[in-house]
Amino acid sequence: MEIPKTMQQEETQGSRSGMDITHPMENVLRMDRIPHIWCPGCGIGLAVTAFAAALEKAEIDLNKVAIVSGIGCTGRVAGYVKLDSFHTTHGRAIAFATGIKVANPDMKVVVFSGDGDLIAIGGNHFIHAARRNIDMLVICVNNFIYAMTGGQVAPTTPLAAYATTCPFGCVEPPFNIPYLAESSGAVYVARWTTLHVRRLMNSFVEALNKKGFSVVEAISPCAQYYSRINRLGDGLDMMRFYHDNTEIRHGEDTKNLDIAYQGKIIMGKFVDRERPSYTDRYNEWLSEIKDDENEPG
Amino acid sequence: MKADQRDVLSGVYYIDGDVAAGYGALAAGCKFIAGYPITPSTEAAEAFARIAPKSGALFIQMEDELASVSAIVGGAWAGAKTMTITSGPGYSLMMETVGFGAMLETPFVLLNIQRGGPSTGVPTKTGQADMMQARWGSHGDYGLIAIAPESPQELFDYTIKAFNLAEKYRCPVMIMSDECVGHMTEKVVIPPAEEIEIEPRRWYTGSPDEYVPFKPDKDLVPRMVKAGSGHKLYISGRLHDERGYPVDDEHYKLKYVRRLVDKIKCNKDKIIELKEEQIDDADVIVVSYGISSRVAIRGIEMARERGIKVGSLRLVTVWPFPDERITELAKKVKALVVPEINYGQVVFDVARCCHGNANVVLVPHGGAGVHVPDDICDAIVSVAKEERKIEEVIEFKTKLEISVFGGGLKSKE
Repeated sequence: MEIPKTMQQEETQGSRSGMDITHPMENVLRMDRIPHIWCPGCGIGLAVTAFAAALEKAEIDLNKVAIVSGIGCTGRVAGYVKLDSFHTTHGRAIAFATGIKVANPDMKVVVFSGDGDLIAIGGNHFIHAARRNIDMLVICVNNFIYAMTGGQVAPTTPLAAYATTCPFGCVEPPFNIPYLAESSGAVYVARWTTLHVRRLMNSFVEALNKKGFSVVEAISPCAQYYSRINRLGDGLDMMRFYHDNTEIRHGEDTKNLDIAYQGKIIMGKFVDRERPSYTDRYNEWLSEIKDDENEPG
Repeated sequence: MKADQRDVLSGVYYIDGDVAAGYGALAAGCKFIAGYPITPSTEAAEAFARIAPKSGALFIQMEDELASVSAIVGGAWAGAKTMTITSGPGYSLMMETVGFGAMLETPFVLLNIQRGGPSTGVPTKTGQADMMQARWGSHGDYGLIAIAPESPQELFDYTIKAFNLAEKYRCPVMIMSDECVGHMTEKVVIPPAEEIEIEPRRWYTGSPDEYVPFKPDKDLVPRMVKAGSGHKLYISGRLHDERGYPVDDEHYKLKYVRRLVDKIKCNKDKIIELKEEQIDDADVIVVSYGISSRVAIRGIEMARERGIKVGSLRLVTVWPFPDERITELAKKVKALVVPEINYGQVVFDVARCCHGNANVVLVPHGGAGVHVPDDICDAIVSVAKEERKIEEVIEFKTKLEISVFGGGLKSKE
């Protein structure tokens, strides 16, 4: 039966106008920017959802939270979250966020970016912000590959995995992100996959309320590149793999968290310790300066 | 708006240019400097680090120059007036983020105490070979401002001016000084705070709901808010529309990137500062900037002693370039002599603006030192005598090689 045009419109739009439907995360997501750019089967959206839920659960003043991303698929996160959002240059998200935090210590700063952005081109800023213990939460979505540019090898690509720029398999050992974070000075380090959204969210909540440099690694399927190039199926197959091949080991020594190609992924909260943050140390030092010590001359 | 009393270390000092720039930054209201040590600019960072805490300002030494400039762009969006300090190699590293800052219309100041290049070059000696990099160093189209001070006093004064221009036009402002001025120790007078004029940030004061981050005022410059003020900013280095949202359309590229260029171009007359001396009767004009303009003073004196009518045009603001003024002067004089501590940078723009109406002569210097006034004098004397279009490289008594650009005299028929 041919449906009259007006009815067709009603069918598609009526439900919206008829009922008061609002997205449950409207407060924290920029709904006018949806649909997002991520591919079907990608896990970044799940990480964002977990983060959005964590923002509401953490009971922090959302006007005082800045989110900073670099470049890449995960680099687009800042643009979908309704906070003070900054989409910066490749690799410099942490340095930019350091500037925000130091210039306005009242801000809560979250860096939400990918493994290539944070650990390769931005690796230097990652270790130094951890060393300084700048009070910020770094969320690193690790999909083992440079996805925005089409599937090139990353510093997180497991040995022997394929990527477009290592067509015969990756010959470089990858970074173990939790180990790198802990040894550089991070006070909170956790790892989950994007299948484990509730645990991921709980880690975000904990880390948001933790003072100091916190790192949460979110392992995510890249259905378009990583799993296609390596013939691992689609996003759902990757999720199934996470379901069958992950193990929770809270407090595990971060040395033991290497990820082998299609090997078991150890997840959990590995580090939760106290160290004075940069701002704390600076303020303490400031209060001790004698008046005559910083006279010009 | 007047400077804050506690930021201004009023008094008479005997300090070098680097230190003067550090004091100038504080006086201008700079609350945050991120930097990475590099000769010959370190004294500026050290000076600021020492005096900052009393004014509630902060210096942080970052892990590299990429981090330094990124941090000050972040700091500027958190509401502070910010600056970074560097020299040649660090300046090259910062270039990507200079374009990022320009795209975001972020006010910040970059102090470049130029040294001899290329590469590591001559770290402890002078150069003026970053002038074109200042203008074109980052990819893409954008406008910015570059100032070239010639003395420690000017490094103090023009650092304040640089901050004021950055706030007014929301763009990166380069202070293109050099090792010679940076390490020159002279008398510097820091006036009382009430005599220092400070440009406040162009804050948006309307309701948060109506704020459009990149909607410009009549002078093409938009108003700013800071992170943490409840506006839920979305700021991206990607091509964006007035809301700050990423767009790919040619339409937006034409509209918004064009404005980044135009906001400087259209406000040129208000931005450009030139210092002219003995121009009225001149047959030859020396066009110079930075330390070269100080050396040129003696060269001009010597040429005047030899009966040559020579004047001086000093580019205090090098970018944007004073096209119209140079074109005007080229019609009146035989030649323009451009001494630079490089093998030809600003001279290209001088030649471009002359439209063949005057000879344009570069007096180059390879760096690691400054010109001797005799070289500049010789160049002036020889072009003053020249009645024809100079076609070739002339050899001077001092064996100085002089290249000629876009030469040609007015028709004398």
